[in-house]
Amino acid sequence: MGEEASPPGRFRREMARKHRFRLAEMLLPLALLAVPVLGPEYYALGTQAAIVALFVLSLDLLVGYAGVVTLGHGLFFGVGAYAAGIVSVRGWGEPLSGLAIGAACAAVCGAVLGAIVLRTARFTLLMLTLSAVFLGNAIANRASWLTGGVDGLVGVTTWPLLGRFEFDLFGRTGYAYAACVLVLVWFGLHWLVHAPFGQSVQGIRDNPDRAASLGMAVLPRQTLVFAISAGLAGLAGALQAEINQFAGLKDVSFEFSAEALVILALGGAGRLYGAVIGSAAYLIGQDVLAKDNPALWQLWLGVLIVAVVLFAPGGLLGLLDRARAR
Amino acid sequence: MNTTPITRRFALGVAAAAASGRLLPARAAAEPVKIGFVATMSGPFAATGEIMSKAAQLFLDTHGRALLGDTPVELIVRDDGGANPDTAKRLVQELVTRDRVQYVAGFQWTPNANAVGPLLNQAKVPCVLMNASGANTTRLSPYFVRTAFTQWQVCLPLGKWASGTRGWPKAYVLVTDFGPGKDAEGAFTKGFKESGGEIVGAAAMPIQSPNFVPFLLRAKEAKPDVVFGFHPGGVQASSFMKAAAEAGLREAGIQLIGSQDLTSEEELPNMGDAALGVITAGQYSLVGDRPANRAFVEAWKSKYGFKPVRPNYMAVGVWDGMHAICTAIQATGGKADTDGAMRALSHFATDDSPRGPIRIDPATREIVQNIYIREVKPVGEELGNVEFATVPAVKDPWKDLNPA
Amino acid sequence: MTADIAFQALGYGSVLYLISVGLSVTLGLMGFINLAHGIFAMIGGYLAAVAVAGWGVPWPAMLVLAPLATAALAAVLERTLFARLYGRSELDQVLFCIGIVFIAGALIRLGFGPTLQPMPLPPALRETVQVAGMGFYAYKLLVIGVGVATALALLFGLERTRAGAIIRAAVENRGMAESVGLRTGPIFTATFALGGALGALGGILGADVFGLNPAYALDVLVYIQIVVAIAGLGTLRGSFLAALLIGVIQTLSAYYVPEMGTILLFSVVFLLLLLRPRGLFGRV
Repeated sequence: MGEEASPPGRFRREMARKHRFRLAEMLLPLALLAVPVLGPEYYALGTQAAIVALFVLSLDLLVGYAGVVTLGHGLFFGVGAYAAGIVSVRGWGEPLSGLAIGAACAAVCGAVLGAIVLRTARFTLLMLTLSAVFLGNAIANRASWLTGGVDGLVGVTTWPLLGRFEFDLFGRTGYAYAACVLVLVWFGLHWLVHAPFGQSVQGIRDNPDRAASLGMAVLPRQTLVFAISAGLAGLAGALQAEINQFAGLKDVSFEFSAEALVILALGGAGRLYGAVIGSAAYLIGQDVLAKDNPALWQLWLGVLIVAVVLFAPGGLLGLLDRARAR
Repeated sequence: MNTTPITRRFALGVAAAAASGRLLPARAAAEPVKIGFVATMSGPFAATGEIMSKAAQLFLDTHGRALLGDTPVELIVRDDGGANPDTAKRLVQELVTRDRVQYVAGFQWTPNANAVGPLLNQAKVPCVLMNASGANTTRLSPYFVRTAFTQWQVCLPLGKWASGTRGWPKAYVLVTDFGPGKDAEGAFTKGFKESGGEIVGAAAMPIQSPNFVPFLLRAKEAKPDVVFGFHPGGVQASSFMKAAAEAGLREAGIQLIGSQDLTSEEELPNMGDAALGVITAGQYSLVGDRPANRAFVEAWKSKYGFKPVRPNYMAVGVWDGMHAICTAIQATGGKADTDGAMRALSHFATDDSPRGPIRIDPATREIVQNIYIREVKPVGEELGNVEFATVPAVKDPWKDLNPA
Repeated sequence: MTADIAFQALGYGSVLYLISVGLSVTLGLMGFINLAHGIFAMIGGYLAAVAVAGWGVPWPAMLVLAPLATAALAAVLERTLFARLYGRSELDQVLFCIGIVFIAGALIRLGFGPTLQPMPLPPALRETVQVAGMGFYAYKLLVIGVGVATALALLFGLERTRAGAIIRAAVENRGMAESVGLRTGPIFTATFALGGALGALGGILGADVFGLNPAYALDVLVYIQIVVAIAGLGTLRGSFLAALLIGVIQTLSAYYVPEMGTILLFSVVFLLLLLRPRGLFGRV
C-alpha cells in the first residue's frame, strides 16, 4: 500500500483539492479592472460598489459562514467611518493608517459586543444586534460635538494616497484605492474560510453541540469571527469616509444593515462570491432603475426578495449552481 | 463631437479643461442645456422633492419658453433621499462627469449643499440653492447662488417684531437639533433680545420621529408669553400642531409663533383648527395678494391641481431659481461659460416673483427679499397664511454679523 | 406634571401594546419572527384614514371595520405566504419579512403618495375632559381605554375560554396539542388574523404618535420588536406591561432628558435583554 492510497494521504489530497486556489477567484480582480474601460464617469458607481461589496463580504463571514444572523452590522461600518473621519477632522488624514484605525476600532467594538451577545440565541440575539445599531445611531446623533450629529461629519480631508495620488473630482484615485483594498480582503477572506479556523467556524454553524462535544471552544471562536467581521465592516466604513470625505448617521443605521442583508441574500450567502455579485447587481440595478421611480424600485426589490426566499434560497449563486448542474 | 466614443471625447474635454481651467465641454448645437436638479424624492420628506421638481418643470414649460426661445433645456432630476450629504455628493459628481450638466440646482438640505461645495470648486459649475437655508453655505464655494432664504433672514425680523412691535416680553425657544434649527434659534433669540425681550428657556428636539408633546409641556411650564417653534416641516408639521393643541398652549394663553415651516402650505389643510391664529414669518404665502402670485398659483392649479401637493415657499424658491438660470442661459447664449453664468446669476433681479420683488446681492450671492409676518386665518373655505406686515428688502443678517 | 407624564406614557404604551400584542402570540405560537407585523398597523391606519377623510365614513365605524378588513387580509396572507416560512431558517424568515415590508411600503407610496396621511378625528374627541381638576385630552383617554379593555379581554379570553385554552396549549406544547387532535393550521391562521386586527386598531388609534406614511412599517419595526423581546415570547400579560414600560421610558426621557433622544430607551432594552434573555415574562 503506497502512501498515496493510505487514509492520511487520501485525506491530505482531499483537503488540498477542497481548499485549492480556484481560478474563479481571479474573476473579481478582472471585473474591477473592467470598470475604467467602461469610462471614467463610472468611477463613482464602481467605488460605491466596491465599498458595499466589502461590507457585504464582512456580513457574509458572519451570517453565511458563522451562521449568526444580525440586523445591526451597520454599527461597525459606522464605527469605522466615524473613527477614520474624526481622526481626519482632528488633523491626521493619512488614508492607510486611517483604514487601520477604523478597522481596529470596529474590531474592538465587535469583540466586546460579540462577547456579550453571542451567549444568547436566535430571536434574542437578533433583537440585541438591532438595539445595538439603534443605540449606536442615537449616540452618534447625540454626540454632535464629536460626530457632527444630524449634519454629519464635515471637514474630513484625506491626504494624498501614498503621498502622491490626490483624491480628485472624478474619483479615479478613490476607485483604485477601493478596488485594491477589496482585492486584498477578497483573497484574505478566501484564505481565512479555508484555513482551519474558518473550517471550525463553519462546523460550529452546522452543528454547535457536536462541535462543542469535539472539544472546540465555541464561544471564543464565535467571538473571534464576530470581531473579524466587525473589523472588516469598519474597514469598509473607513474606506468610504476617506473617499467621500464625509461620515453621517446613515452609515450607522438599521436601514443600511437590512440593505446589506438583502444584498447578501440576493447574491447567495456562504460563498463569498454571492456577496460581491449581489453588491454589483444591486447597485447597478439601483443606478439604472431607481432614479426615475424609487417607489417602483422598492416594490420590485421586495418582490424579488420574497421570490428568492420562497423559490431560490441560494440567491443568484444558487441559480447559477442549478443551471450548471443541468 | 456627437459620434466620437465617450473616452476620446472625455479626454478632449479634459484637455480643454486643462487648457482653459474649466471642465465644461463645448456643447454641440442641437444638444440641450442640462440642469442637474437634486431634491429629496423619497423617504419622509418626499413631498418636498415633488413640489420642487414640479415647480421647476412648470417654469420651464411656461415662462422658460419665452426666455429661452428655441434653446432646448433638459432637467435631470436626482433623488438624494433626505439629509444624505454623501449621496448628494455622489449624485453631483455623476451629474458633472457623466451627464455633463451646465448648472446644478435644487437642494433642500443644508448638509447636502455643504458637502457639494468642494466639488463645485473643482468642476467650476454654478449651483443655485433653491431651498437650503443654512447661512454658511454660500461661503463654501464662489459658485453658490441662493434663491431660497436663510433662517437668519426670516427669524431675526420675527424676533424683533415679536418683542419690539408686538411687545411680548417672554419667549421659549423650541427647535429641531440640526444646522438650520440652530440658525433659527440664534436668529430669533438675537432679534427678540435686541428689542427688549427675555428668553425664559430653550430646548432642542431630535430630528427623527420626535414626540412633540413632552417638549411642549415643558415649554408651557416655563410660562412664556410666546413659544417660538422650528422644525424641518414636511411630515412633522401636522404632528407638531396637533401636539401644541394637545399640550394646551392656547388655553394657557401662550401664542405659538415660528418660521414658515410651522404652517407650511402643503400641510396646512391637515392641521385643522389647531393652526388658527398661529403667527409665522416667511417670504411667501400661497394666499399672498399679488398679481404675479395669482398667476403662478393659477398656472400650478391648471397643470397639477392641488393634489397631492400644493405650492409653498419651496416651489417659489425653485420658480425664481429657474428664472435666474434661464436668464443666465439666455445671457451666455446657452454656451458653457461659467464666468458669464455666474455674472448673470449674481445680478439677477425681478419684481415679478410670486413673493414680491427679489434680487441677488452680488457681494454675497444671497437673495434679498421681503419678509412677511403672517397669521393663519380662514381664507374662503380653507386656512391660509394671511400676510399682515412686511419687512422690506431683508438682506441675510448673518453675513453682516459674521464678516468673512 | 406627574399626572401629565403618566397620562402620556399610558397613551403611548397602549398604542404600542395594540400594535405589537399580536406579534407576541404569533411568535410564541409559530416560532416565526415576523418583522413585518407593522404592515397590519399601517394598512389598518391607512384604510381608516382614507375612508374617513376621503369617503366621509364616520370614524367610529372605521374603528371597527378597518381591523376586520385587516384581519381578513392577514388571514389570506398567512395562508398563502407566511405559512410557507414556518420552520425555515431564521435568515430566511428575516429576509422574507424585509421583502414584505418593502412591498407594502412601496404599494402604499404608489397608491397614496409620500406625504403623511392625515387622520381626521371626530370633534368630540379633540376636547379636553376635566377629571379631578386636571385636563385630559379626550382622544388619549379613549386610546388608553381601548388598550386596557383589550388587554383585559385578551387575558380573560385566554384564561377562561375554550378557544383560549386551545391557543395556550398550542403555544406551550405544539406537538402534544397536535397529538390530542388539535388542528394547528386553522389556529395559526386565526391567531394571525387576530393579531392583524389588533395591529390595525393600534395603527388607527396611534396615528398621532406613529404618523401614517409609506415608511410606517419600518419606523415601528424596532419598537414592536422591542416590546415583544422585553415581554418575552408567548405571553399576553407581559406584552401590556412591556409596552407600558417602553411608554414610560420614552415619555420620561422626552420630558426630563430630551437631548438624549432614544439613547435611554435602547440602553435599557439592551441591558434588560442581557439580564433576562427570555424577556420579563417569557414562557417559551
